[in-house]
Amino acid sequence: MQTNIILAGVGGQGILSIAYVIDNAALDAGFHFKQAEVHGMAQRGGAVQSHLRYGDGPIHSDLVPTGRADLVLSVEPLEVMRYWHYLSPDGWVVASVTPYVNIPDYPELDGLIEDLAEFGRVVLVDSNLIARAAGNLRAQNMVVVGAAAPLLHFPDSTLEKYVEMLFAGKGQKTVDVNVRAFRLGRAAGLFFRGLVDGGVSIPDAVRLCRKIDPATVDPAHGPAWAAAIHGDRQLLEQVLANESTVPCDRVAAPA
Amino acid sequence: MQREVLLGDEAVGLGAIHAGLSGVYGYPGTPSTEIFEFVEQRTAGSGDVHAFWSTNEKVAYEEALGMSWAGKRALVCMKHVGLNVAADAFMNSAVTGTNGGLVLAVADDPGMHSSQNEQDSRVYAQFALIPCFEPRDQQECYDMMIEAFDLSEELALPVMVRLVTRLAHSRSGVATREPRPQNALHPTREIRKWTLLPSNARVQYRHLIDKQPELLRRAEDSVHNRLNLAGRRGVIACGIANNYFLENVDDGHDLSVLSLAQYPVPAGRIRRLVEHVDDLLVLEDGYPVVENMVRGLFGLNGVRIRGRMTGEVPRTGELNPDLVRSALELPPHPTAHQPSPSLAGRPPALCKGCPHTDTFRALNEALSEFENPQVFSDIGCYTLAAFPPLEAIHSCVAMGASIGMAAGAAHAGYRPAVAAIGDSTFSHGGITPLLSAVQQGVNLKVIVLDNGTVGMTGTQRSMSTGDALDHIILGAGVAPEHLRIIEPTPANHAANVQILRDELAWDGTSVIIARRTCLEAIKRKVS
Repeated sequence: MQTNIILAGVGGQGILSIAYVIDNAALDAGFHFKQAEVHGMAQRGGAVQSHLRYGDGPIHSDLVPTGRADLVLSVEPLEVMRYWHYLSPDGWVVASVTPYVNIPDYPELDGLIEDLAEFGRVVLVDSNLIARAAGNLRAQNMVVVGAAAPLLHFPDSTLEKYVEMLFAGKGQKTVDVNVRAFRLGRAAGLFFRGLVDGGVSIPDAVRLCRKIDPATVDPAHGPAWAAAIHGDRQLLEQVLANESTVPCDRVAAPA
Repeated sequence: MQREVLLGDEAVGLGAIHAGLSGVYGYPGTPSTEIFEFVEQRTAGSGDVHAFWSTNEKVAYEEALGMSWAGKRALVCMKHVGLNVAADAFMNSAVTGTNGGLVLAVADDPGMHSSQNEQDSRVYAQFALIPCFEPRDQQECYDMMIEAFDLSEELALPVMVRLVTRLAHSRSGVATREPRPQNALHPTREIRKWTLLPSNARVQYRHLIDKQPELLRRAEDSVHNRLNLAGRRGVIACGIANNYFLENVDDGHDLSVLSLAQYPVPAGRIRRLVEHVDDLLVLEDGYPVVENMVRGLFGLNGVRIRGRMTGEVPRTGELNPDLVRSALELPPHPTAHQPSPSLAGRPPALCKGCPHTDTFRALNEALSEFENPQVFSDIGCYTLAAFPPLEAIHSCVAMGASIGMAAGAAHAGYRPAVAAIGDSTFSHGGITPLLSAVQQGVNLKVIVLDNGTVGMTGTQRSMSTGDALDHIILGAGVAPEHLRIIEPTPANHAANVQILRDELAWDGTSVIIARRTCLEAIKRKVS
């Protein structure tokens, strides 16, 4: 078994914190691992990536070869596209749909989501919305790790242990916020896939997830939402027209 | 046995500590910075290991050499171009030889992620006639440091450990050993050895030459230089290139392989390989050092030698598993998606609210009355002012070069001659050219961007900031009325432009200090 991940984002988004959590989980599990990262000039608001590899046999290259990545994990939608040629034919994308706009020619978000939808094997979460619900916008990186957790090879408790260790020096409140971000991100990712696997289009699933209170998201409701939307197209429009978010369990009466 | 998650740089630092290190020296520079920082943090408060950034790499090297002279083990670390600055002391330390173990850890930057060139430090090791280790992974970073210190004391020579960016900045689990105690203070008494007057230097240089067969024997016998003879196609893989090679072959491959990690180049092992094969691919992350040695001027009869010089591997840039795959003539892996051709770029930029932005806005405006003004600049975050929208600087060559180059342009009659340099770069290499300029009365305007830290590499301590900087500049002879201090903020813009204009109008050497603390440094202090 070997897993190859490209972590992507913009300098300052906490890519190396994601790497810390997965590195230590891999070490904890007794896996071999290597994780190459970018320091220095690029960290000043530039595109940042990290290659993370773990497995039960020795890892040779510090860099993931083109076509060998199992996962591109991005805290930002545009940055996925800088690296998706690394993905193997059955590789996955886990990404936030919250854009990080610090360049003048940042593309239209809807177009990015269409491109991701066309790719298909994606788990998309609104990290801004979810991190805010968890208690701090800076926890968006932990939201994305949570969303990716089902595709990794570690118990959630192990990943959470290293989220806790990562923030231990910053006080219990910061620890709690980040663990919560991880859990909400995990639930949001599974819920999103429940919608998509239930027949909801990826752009619709993205839009719908933005209208459901992130603190209430339960993956178990995914199929019911998918079925309800399938049966009544107006239901989706109705939820999307809402000004505020609705609780996840109000599938039948979303308004 | 303990296992720790460590960067290649950190593994080098920990290896040094466990080898009985007494002092670490260096100047920050990507990708080497984390070596020093790791030793500094790991030994903080213990008082056991001297760890204080030096003003530049030459000073660092000399301090390390002094520690070695006193009988203790010293590590000096820097990036590849830093070794150019330290080269005088470095080359001559091979001639004096060492007393306590002296290891130079130098991190090269193939592909120039954060550098002006991709020079290969193995050439320097060859030039100075000293041994060099080139670790393949993080574990070897740790293990080879311990070995390098032992070898340095055995041979009484400095030893180089060469890293590349991908190893310096890649993490893995590292198994560690029991630390060895530090050496006791035992200063050398061999005065002639350390006094390189020509009569002594000739003797010492002869000693260095006489040691070479022993260095070669060590490399020939080294467990790190592994030769495995199989089929008629051969590969030499140096350092990290070996990982990229293994990534692309199965256990059952039929290639004859020499994996190299200790230099000088073991000629005997290479001879055995070339006599066995008729096709030889040489893989190196850096210059084609080994490839060119094997080929010589005229090549080898009956053996086709391939590598960076023949195009199978690109002549420039960083090596990676894909390039090695192609050089091995293996088909590319299928991928899920084509590379996106016209993606919006996301280059690094100055932070929002950075003081440098305000300084360069003011400078741009003050210079707008000149035709096509060009500003000589230096190495640091402020080099990013070369990009739009500021486009405020027009050169970046070497640490401190802005002042000397601006002076030279002024000698040639170029007006206005303006240099922009950071406070730490000024202490590194800017003081001496300023002194020269003042002595000559050159019409030169030096802007010192004093943000109080070494920003680009992670806010390390600056040696010349605040009052200390003012005193150095006045001490160099700059007229007090032409040392101007501005605070670069949007509110001060008009006043700052006027001060710059006034100095530009004066025919002499002026220094304008733009003083405001780096935002990143403030953030790090708070958190």
